[in-house]
Amino acid sequence: MDLSIASILVLDGATNGAIYALMALATVLVFAVTRVIFIPQGEFVAYGALTLAMLQLGKVPGTMWLMLGLALLVAALDAAHRLRAGVAPAQLALGAGKTLLLPAAIGAVTWWAAPRQLDLVLQSVLTLAIVTPIGPLVYRLAYQSLADATVLVLLIVSVGVHFALTGFGLVAFGAEGFRNPSFWDARFSVGALSLSGQAIIIFTVSVALMLALWLFFERTLYGKALRATAVNRLGARLMGISTTGAGQLTFALAAFIGALSGLLIGPTTTLFYDSGFLIGLKGFVAAIFGGLSSYPAAALGAVFVGLLESFGSFWASAFKEVIVFTIILPVLLWRSFQHPHDDEEE
Amino acid sequence: MNASAFRRRFLAAFCVLLAALPLLPVPEFWITQANYIGLYTLVVIGLVLLTGIAGLTSFGQAAFVGLGAYTAAYLTLTYGVSPWLTVFVGLAITAAVALVLGWITLRMSGHYLPLATIAWGLSLYYLLGNMEALGKYDGLLGVPAMRFFGLELNTGRHFFYLLWLIVVLAAVGLTHLLDSRTGRALRALKGGVTMAEAMGVDTFRYKVTAFLIAALLASVSGWLFAYFQRSVNPSPFGLKMGIEYLFMAVIGGVGHVWGALAGAAVVKILEDQLQAWLPRLMGSSGNYEVIVFGILLVLVLKYARDGVWAFIEQRLPRVRRAVDWHDAPALPERPRPAPGQVVLDVRTVRKEFGGLVAVNDVSFQVRSGQIMGLIGPNGAGKSTTFNLLTGVLASTRGEVQLMGERIETLPSREIARRGVARTFQHVKMIPAMTVLENVALGAHLRGHAGVARAMLRLDRAEEKRLLREAERQLVRIGMAERMHELAGNLALGPQRLMEIARALCADPTLLLLDEPAAGLRLKEKEGLAQVLRQLRDEGMSILLVEHDMDLVMGLVDRIVVMEFGTKLIEGSPQEVQASPAVRAAYLGTEH
Repeated sequence: MDLSIASILVLDGATNGAIYALMALATVLVFAVTRVIFIPQGEFVAYGALTLAMLQLGKVPGTMWLMLGLALLVAALDAAHRLRAGVAPAQLALGAGKTLLLPAAIGAVTWWAAPRQLDLVLQSVLTLAIVTPIGPLVYRLAYQSLADATVLVLLIVSVGVHFALTGFGLVAFGAEGFRNPSFWDARFSVGALSLSGQAIIIFTVSVALMLALWLFFERTLYGKALRATAVNRLGARLMGISTTGAGQLTFALAAFIGALSGLLIGPTTTLFYDSGFLIGLKGFVAAIFGGLSSYPAAALGAVFVGLLESFGSFWASAFKEVIVFTIILPVLLWRSFQHPHDDEEE
Repeated sequence: MNASAFRRRFLAAFCVLLAALPLLPVPEFWITQANYIGLYTLVVIGLVLLTGIAGLTSFGQAAFVGLGAYTAAYLTLTYGVSPWLTVFVGLAITAAVALVLGWITLRMSGHYLPLATIAWGLSLYYLLGNMEALGKYDGLLGVPAMRFFGLELNTGRHFFYLLWLIVVLAAVGLTHLLDSRTGRALRALKGGVTMAEAMGVDTFRYKVTAFLIAALLASVSGWLFAYFQRSVNPSPFGLKMGIEYLFMAVIGGVGHVWGALAGAAVVKILEDQLQAWLPRLMGSSGNYEVIVFGILLVLVLKYARDGVWAFIEQRLPRVRRAVDWHDAPALPERPRPAPGQVVLDVRTVRKEFGGLVAVNDVSFQVRSGQIMGLIGPNGAGKSTTFNLLTGVLASTRGEVQLMGERIETLPSREIARRGVARTFQHVKMIPAMTVLENVALGAHLRGHAGVARAMLRLDRAEEKRLLREAERQLVRIGMAERMHELAGNLALGPQRLMEIARALCADPTLLLLDEPAAGLRLKEKEGLAQVLRQLRDEGMSILLVEHDMDLVMGLVDRIVVMEFGTKLIEGSPQEVQASPAVRAAYLGTEH
């Protein structure tokens, strides 16, 4: 291996690492606030990339129907719940309206925009608008009533949600793979190193998103409320923070980060309805570097996973997945010696 | 007919039905289905032990099945090794992998094991699919059929008997295991490690044991799979299947051994129907059944967490344990210290949490046949002191001696082994076990039978001695008539008494009681005081942390008062009551 190959591999690894870092951040965020080990995180990546692919083809993406269907289900469940609690019909309708207003608006815009094949950037914004609400809706349906269950039960729920969302992906997008057009076709050469415009976008957006998240958690009341919930759910509730609201906000962020990651890597590789799972899991491996609790360690772990993967595919391409997923064992071993009392009771 | 005879007949009828099935004119399709259900059940039985009993979980069971299957297929095809040998090679390899995975992850929080098993399941799948010697993704074809005393097991009907014999043996073995000393220790893992360790259970070892048994059962299933399917390829051993096994366990009822069978059957039959109908409905082929499975899994966890078997279990009569231990010999007891001898000697023990000094160089002694009270306002450091003495927390410095031996650096279970038994401020018990079984857990260190002896029921003589001791302690605290009730059905008062009986079952030299009267009614408190006095008169040494002054003053021989981590005063109840410093600590000072 000479320097030019090494530099290509480093660049490739760092690009993927940036995506894994976003996945890892979302994983840590969701686990900290809700104690949910969010296996389906990767599904939102596939949803993001493939929703954009559908819009590119001028079709109404199936994810829109999924979003609307989930919203209707949530509205119906809420209404049934309130009816039993004896809430007046007028208020009932108001509550259902609140749940349905935004999804219906997004649905209407999609319906109007899809056949018109708008500009790529506008379609990307629309994609984010379609996929992001799926996060909180899934939280409401699958996790909310189990919020106080053990980590183990929540993990098994996550596996169920992963199954269901992958299956819906198949229904929505079919078994065919798609590769999106690049956002920026430019190429830059620095010596032997060739940098694509898409790679620059991936780095820029990832770093910008991390900064935005940092500002959100440090500087805004909502961000602080989420951090408070992460530290102590009961304490946060006593301070008037709605843990339900915190859960939904967290899941919205997770879905948004997932969909955005999907938009970012869509042009670099062909994605299928089930491709997100492996991407999400690599984010997971990265998150474990920080014990599912440290954001910087998770981001560093992600870059490491990206590099490991790109060098692994150079040396032993057939075994790159084996290498990436086996690395979790030495990492866990190292953590078990670093934190021998890492054992909270459930 | 009593309940246990009814259950035995139920099992016998099931076995007869199973044995008759291949002889009846059942279509070959259903025999094949039944064989698959048997193969799955074997894996799911392991998951029941791991998830339902020990409170851990694994998504990597399919990979262990793959390990067993590939070992069998490879050795048979390449070296012509007999199937009756390949099973042991497969088990050995599986055990090695499971021990490494368990050793790495099981010392950390419960969710690291499932995460590691996800990674392990994925890794093995890609490894099998890329290894030249294992035929890559095509796998290994043409595995010869098994031979059993000259009889070739080359049809589903022949294979059926071998498979289901193993399934029934595994289920019965696990049922035996759960009703034993080891079974109680495994059940204790679910509620967190503190209580189990205080009973002397080496929780890490038992967690590894549960994981190992589950992995070995999966490996046997894989071994059978190779000779049943006559070929192996990576796809049935991937992560999707690993998740499906867990799904079967949850649907069937993760707390019941026979739930494994129910879950495997329901899921297999449902999967076939869905795979036939859904693609027609959707107009194209694909694994649409995962949608239904995913939603079903969430719904089951939300609304019927005990699964299908719970509905059957409710309709079966509840078995009341037959009392057959009255002729068992008593367990050996420790030598008792002479009255007045120093049992516990605490010397300038200190605990700092960062800058906070929670316990500030506290010293006191507890003597044999004495009740010592440890009191103080909230936040005085009583509970921290208690945790230092029992090995839950490590002291920053200072010395604790039990009968002259230093114990401050030992883990909880070693302190328990040396004769310190405790109760908990918030009752820690196993609600789904009877009072008697909960109490018998306290005698864990006085028995020795392990997994193999329990499965083969070679532990019955020892088990009788343990249960006899448990009943004796229940009689001692006046709860003998409630021993067959489920512990979870008891009110708080009896639960606290049960914890004391459990502690006494360890044959302790020193009994540590953490707020035993909290939440008790007046009558119950009087009963508790009566029991404690009686214990003291029998020569027991007791250290009592308590808030209830009436109880403490009328009961104890000496009192240590703590405030802000420091020992304020030590003396008789009268001396403490007369002390102006104590009044100031509790009520404030006049100016």
